[in-house]
Amino acid sequence: MQATADEVLIGRIASGDRLAMQVLFARHHVRVYRFVLRLVRDESTAEDLISEVFLDVWRQAGRFEGRSAVSTWLLAIARFKALSALRRRPDEELDDEKAAGIEDPSDSPEAALEKKDKSALIRKCLTGLSAEHREIIDLVYYHEKSVEEVALIVGIPANTVKTRMFYARKRLAELLKAEGIERGWP
Amino acid sequence: MNTIDKERDDLETLLPWHAAGTLNRRDAERVEKALAGDRELLRRFNLAREELNETIHLNETLGAPSARAMEKLFAAIDAEPVRKPKVSFDLAGRLANFVASFSPRTLALAGAVGALAIVLQAGVITTGLIKHEAGTEVASKQNTVSQPDLASADVSDGTLAAIRFAPKAEAGQITAFLATNKASMIDGPLTGGMYTIRLPESGKAKEDHIKQMAQSTLVDLIAPKQ
Repeated sequence: MQATADEVLIGRIASGDRLAMQVLFARHHVRVYRFVLRLVRDESTAEDLISEVFLDVWRQAGRFEGRSAVSTWLLAIARFKALSALRRRPDEELDDEKAAGIEDPSDSPEAALEKKDKSALIRKCLTGLSAEHREIIDLVYYHEKSVEEVALIVGIPANTVKTRMFYARKRLAELLKAEGIERGWP
Repeated sequence: MNTIDKERDDLETLLPWHAAGTLNRRDAERVEKALAGDRELLRRFNLAREELNETIHLNETLGAPSARAMEKLFAAIDAEPVRKPKVSFDLAGRLANFVASFSPRTLALAGAVGALAIVLQAGVITTGLIKHEAGTEVASKQNTVSQPDLASADVSDGTLAAIRFAPKAEAGQITAFLATNKASMIDGPLTGGMYTIRLPESGKAKEDHIKQMAQSTLVDLIAPKQ
């Protein structure tokens, strides 16, 4: 049996169908949560924000015009909410790259061994990117968004999306180099 | 920067999307073609695949939100004002939902019934057209036959007469006059306002009848017609 399309669910939500809202939430809330969590870096805040994101969907479903995928629309709302939340607590935020550079004094032998693992190091360096770079890398690689969709979510031109992705990867290569991994690019 | 370098840089910026499989077909083919003949580009593509793999891994380890998020959402929805049903009559949407509610087997059956109905309808229309054509043809033949018949009657039975009614004669009076004389209108008006009528007699009786009819104030002129 074919799953009901997101667009059909949105139509039903616009008519006040609570069950359609539950289906849409079940389908998308984990990815939206992870996208928000990578931006705000706080689980409790991320949970509150996804409730707000889907409440916005409940309220605005009637205005959804279907010009983009529903998942793209959700991420665009989520991004707006996350950035608004970050703006409300500027003092609490550590500079991303400073945070990534902080040494962990409690490195156990296991942790030290893990650091030698290339995959783990890449993940560590991905975490150490700035919010802007993390965001674009997640949208492209994890959320599988095209150049045009990223442009829509982030609100920048398509060419800027490509350039930003290039610089995010370049920064990742620099962080890896600092960890002793030379990728030979860029 | 020459054109080849620019093209290569352009392709290189697309590598992350190619790794994620989100390029359009045209760009994907461009990248594939370039990768086939460029080992360094292929090596960089593999770096993008490595990043893709680790980004997915990293995100998947982030876990999922607790039930609190859903509870909070639906508590907020319950607190929202009751939404009035949409007034607009979205015929296309209703039809799409209605059709979407059918099982594939039902849809297939409905399609077959629809096709059969179209074939039957086409048959009925075709039959009707053939009958209509045949009817027209018969009527046409009858018309073409009746003209010679009329001509032959004109010559053979001698019952026709040419008549011109008085200008003051009214249609109702003419109709009554023809009925009284058991005459029927055959043709006209012809040149000079003449009409051809058929009388119930021929020969001498017809001539007498014509003389009698000529007495009427409704008749301006009447004469036997062979």
